[in-house]
Order: sequence, then C-alpha cells, then structure tokens
Amino acid sequence: MTSVEQRVEPEESVASGGMTRAERIAGLVQRRGSVVVLALVVLIASVSFDSFATVGNAQNIAIQSSFLAIVALGMTFVIISGGIDLSVGSVYALGGVLAAYGIQWGSLVGLLLPLVVCGAIGLLNGVLVAYGRLAPFIVTLATLLGARGLLLAITDEGSTTRLMQREDWLTQLGQGTFLGLGIPVWITIVLFAVGVVVLQRTRFGHATLAIGGSREAATLMGLPVARDTMLLYLGSGLLAGLAGALAAAYSASGVTIVGEGLELDAIAAVVIGGTLLTGGAGTVGGTLAGVLLLRVIQNVINQVGTLSSHYQSVVSGAFLAVVVAVQAYLSRAHLRGGR
Amino acid sequence: MSATTTAAAPRQTVGTRAFLRDNGVYLAIAVLVAYNLVFTENFATVANLNTQLVQVAPVLIVALGMALVIGTEGVDLSVGSVMAVAAAILPLYLGYGIIPALGLALLAGALCGALNGTLVALVGIQPIVATLALLVGGRGLALVLADGQLKDIRNPELLDLGSGKLLGLPVIVWIAAVLAALVWLLVRYTTFGRQLVAVGGNRSASALAGLPVRRVLMITYIISGVLAAVAGVVATARLTASDPSAIGTLFELSAITAVVVGGTPLSGGRVRILGTVAGALLMQLITATLIKHDLPDSTAQIVQAAIIVLAVYLQRSRSGGDR
Repeated sequence: MTSVEQRVEPEESVASGGMTRAERIAGLVQRRGSVVVLALVVLIASVSFDSFATVGNAQNIAIQSSFLAIVALGMTFVIISGGIDLSVGSVYALGGVLAAYGIQWGSLVGLLLPLVVCGAIGLLNGVLVAYGRLAPFIVTLATLLGARGLLLAITDEGSTTRLMQREDWLTQLGQGTFLGLGIPVWITIVLFAVGVVVLQRTRFGHATLAIGGSREAATLMGLPVARDTMLLYLGSGLLAGLAGALAAAYSASGVTIVGEGLELDAIAAVVIGGTLLTGGAGTVGGTLAGVLLLRVIQNVINQVGTLSSHYQSVVSGAFLAVVVAVQAYLSRAHLRGGR
Repeated sequence: MSATTTAAAPRQTVGTRAFLRDNGVYLAIAVLVAYNLVFTENFATVANLNTQLVQVAPVLIVALGMALVIGTEGVDLSVGSVMAVAAAILPLYLGYGIIPALGLALLAGALCGALNGTLVALVGIQPIVATLALLVGGRGLALVLADGQLKDIRNPELLDLGSGKLLGLPVIVWIAAVLAALVWLLVRYTTFGRQLVAVGGNRSASALAGLPVRRVLMITYIISGVLAAVAGVVATARLTASDPSAIGTLFELSAITAVVVGGTPLSGGRVRILGTVAGALLMQLITATLIKHDLPDSTAQIVQAAIIVLAVYLQRSRSGGDR
C-alpha cells in the first residue's frame, strides 16, 4: 500500500510548486493523515490485545474490508469528479440477490446478471447526471429507492432468500483463498491497483480530476465532460454490483437486507481517506486506508468485548466529524497561504 | 419579482415548466384524489383519512425542518438518527413524569442540531458530510442509550398523545398542522425567515450585506434537530414503544423527497412550506393508492423514485444543475 501511496506524488507536484513549508505539511496531513492514523491504531491495538495481531484476525479484517473497499473505489472517482452516488448500498444488495438468482442458470450468468443490471442502473444515474444535468445527490437518491424496489420485486417482497451451491465456481470466487487471503481480497487489490493507474496515468483519470476542480473549465478545455461523468457513474454501479455479487458468494446466499447504509460507510471511507467532497482532489490509496481504518476500529471494539457493538457507529461518526473538521481547517490554511 | 418575470418571459416552454414546477404537486394530489374517489373503495371515509394523516405526520414534521435547511442550500441527513435519540431518551426519564422526559428528548434534538450547526456554520464543513457524521453516530448513541432494546411505553399521557383525538382529528395530526403553520409563519413573516432565504440564495452576498450568516445557519439546524426530536416522540407515542434501532430509518430520504417534490430547489434561496406539506401528502397518497390496489411495496418504491426524478427535472431550469 505504501507504493500505491507514493505514486500519487508526481501528480500533486503541480499544486505544490512554490508552497511554504507549513502548507506542504498541511497538504501532507490531508493526503496521508489516514495512513498515519491507521498505523497508530493498528500499533496500539497490537500492543493492547493479544488476539489482534494474529494471522487469523488480519485475514478476517481483510475479507471484511474487501466488499466495502470495492464499493468505495467507485465512490472515490465519483466524489473526485464533484458528484456523489447514494445508490450504491441498494445496488450492492441488488447485485447479491441477482447473483443468487442468476446462478440457477450457471455461474457465468450468476456473475454477469448483477454486472449487467447494476451497470444499467449506474448508466441511468450517469445519463441523468451528465446529460440531464440533474443534481447527483437527488438522482442517486431516486435510484437508491428504485434499486431497492427492484430487489423486493425479484424476492417476493424480500421474503425469499436464494441459496448458492458450494460447487459453483462463483461461490468459490467468494469463499476460496489464495496464499492465505480470500479471493475477494485479491480482487480488491487488483481493482485498487487498476484504480491508481486509471486516476494517475490515464486521460480519463486526469479528466475526472479536472471535472471535479471546475466543470466549466474542463468543458472549456475541450474535455468530454458529459461522457466521462456518465462513465464514472457506470463504473460506480458496476463496482457496487460486483461487490454485492462477491459478498453473496462469500455468504453463499442472496441476503435481501444487506447494504442499507453502505453508501454512508463508503462516503465516510472516501472522506477519511483525504478525498475532498468538493471534488478535484483525492487519492485511491487514501480510500483503501479509510476503509481499513473503519474496519479496524470495528474489530478493536469487538476485541474490547465489554463495549456493546453499538459503540462502533458512535466512534465512526465522531471520527468522521473530526476528520472533516481537520480537513476544513487544513484547506482553509491552504487557501490563506496561497493568497 | 418583476426581474424574475422579465427573465422568464422570452421562452414560452419555461412558462409551462415553471407552472408545473410550482403547482405540479397540487395538480398531482388533485388527480390522485379524484382517481381514488372513483376507483378505490372506502377511500373517502373519516377512518381512512385519519389513518393516512397519522401515517404522514412524522415525515411531515421532519420535512418542515428539512425544508428550512435545504432553503439555506444545505441538507440534514441526521434527522432519522435524531428521531432515534429522542425515542431512546423518552423511556429513560418517563419515571420522572412526562414533562421532564419530553423536555429532555427535545433538548437532545436541539443539541444534535447545534452539533450539526457548529460543524456547518462555524467549522465550515459541507452539510452532507457534517450531518452524515451524526447520522452514523446518532443511531449508535441511541442504541447505546437504550441498551439496544425495544422498550414498551406505558405512560398514559404519552399514550394519549399517540392515540388520542381532539375535535375529531388525532392529536398527532394537530401537532403536525400547528408546527406546519408555525414554520410557515416563520418563513413568511419574520426577519429570520427572510435572512434564511437570503443566506441560501447567496451566502457570501448575505455576509457582505451584514447578515448574521453563522447565527442563521446555526438556528436553522437547531430547528431541524428539534423538529426531528418531536417526530421521534410522536412516532414513539404512536408505536407505543421506543424502538431506537428501527425508528426514523430512511426518514431523511422521505423528508428530502417531500421537500423536493414540493418545489423547494436543492440549490437553496427558496422555501416552500405549503409545497412541502403537499409533497409529503402526495407521497403518502401514492403509497396508499398502490397498496389499496394490491400493488406491492416494490412497485411503490419504483414509482416514488420516478416521481423524485420528475420533480427535480422540472426544477432544473432554476437550479442550474450541480448538486
């Protein structure tokens, strides 16, 4: 992950030219803060709890993080472009149910069905936002409802939970392991590596950053703003559907009640990872650190044992508030220095 | 006012769209009511009317606060969790009587609103994230307070609040109606209401004009918090149980929907309280119509989604697009 982080550097060099030391530190905290905090939390937890720094627990955290991480990856790109995708929680749940529904015609259908349907929902979001010029917040709110409705429609109003057979390779994709790590974890690692390259090394990634910085300026520069915006939401829908399908394969069933509030976890992870909600700046590696941080905190609270699991959301919420408050302070210091 | 008229005049389509945008919600209600009067059995009965109004009351109360927040170009995602906090506090203090319990529940709502207001107005965080923090944290806090358990309410006064009637209408409906009237007066006839609309229209210009921008924002979020707490109390009284894990879930979405369908633009600078009331009624009416015709929940949700998109599309010419 450190190598992922370091690759970000050259892209930021444009912005960091001619900055004072204080500003550079502020910028560094903004981008790297989540990694530092993650390291600290892991260190403290390893010292405090014997059962934390074990291979089994690390495998556990990795697999629990992977599904959220895949969703958060798509969200990172959407937020960097200045948008937001609230529909991912519903789409994630729909992806899982469709995987369990489609697998009766074979693993390939079980994998493709969620990707096609969830991709179509992402595409619908993208078309309405990019070409219809509707507010992303409200468009994706509508598809949040719509996708949940679709899910209920194919599960007899949520009363049917389809099971997946162990022999199918799709189920193995969720449950299998390779070199000690679950296959979903490896898929997540590959997707994030691709995500870093796309954001930092491709025209599409640079256009995403430019659109988030200023849509008008990006349009004037001749960038394909509408097309790229549409592709961002398509990608977010596809990734949410894939994560849902993998999660269903992992638990070998298409559970209808998953994913509620997942969009909030994903947004929290992205923001904690140092991506600005105003768009125009952000890193893929930071999001991964944000996801791991959320899951490690959850794990630590479980380790304490005496704390009820409800404290987890209290801590996550407080943590999110502190992170964004620090971000707001830092970006203001940044602005003041820039003038 | 005249400036708006001249700007809109050159394009005829804008006129039709503006009419639909401003009055579409009333039109839709009229059509649906007419349809139900003809095709739905037992629609025009007092019992049905009361049921529908009682069901819509908590959403409506939350939506009133949401309309104010959206008017400032913000949004309050924490309302559902604030409802849960208020609901969790009630049974803890009902032993001391209903007044202290209600007072503390509403106080908790005000504190939650003040926390949102501090993050938005003083620290300068975008409303979506600031209130997202409390959405996540507030639900957890409510569950911690209640030990994760559902608690039955046996206090007779609170039960009366939930199921009692006054002049033929349920008490809950009266509460919602009075609050709607108060918020309408607040927006329409007070300095604060005008300042709120000005801040939402152009925050920096308002600050330059010497308006107390931070105070206005702070008060707006506090009002939203208190109204959410009231909705939490009302919902608890109706349910005759405090259920912090379920109460208020997805209320932020229903409230935003009511506000947007009612014609308040997400871009701020305009608050339509009557429209919000109509928006909440319309969404309830749609759900009720679909249910009465044996169409499942899933269809209701898909229809609601389509209506939200349509409402925002009609507002598009005004809000200009982003967010």
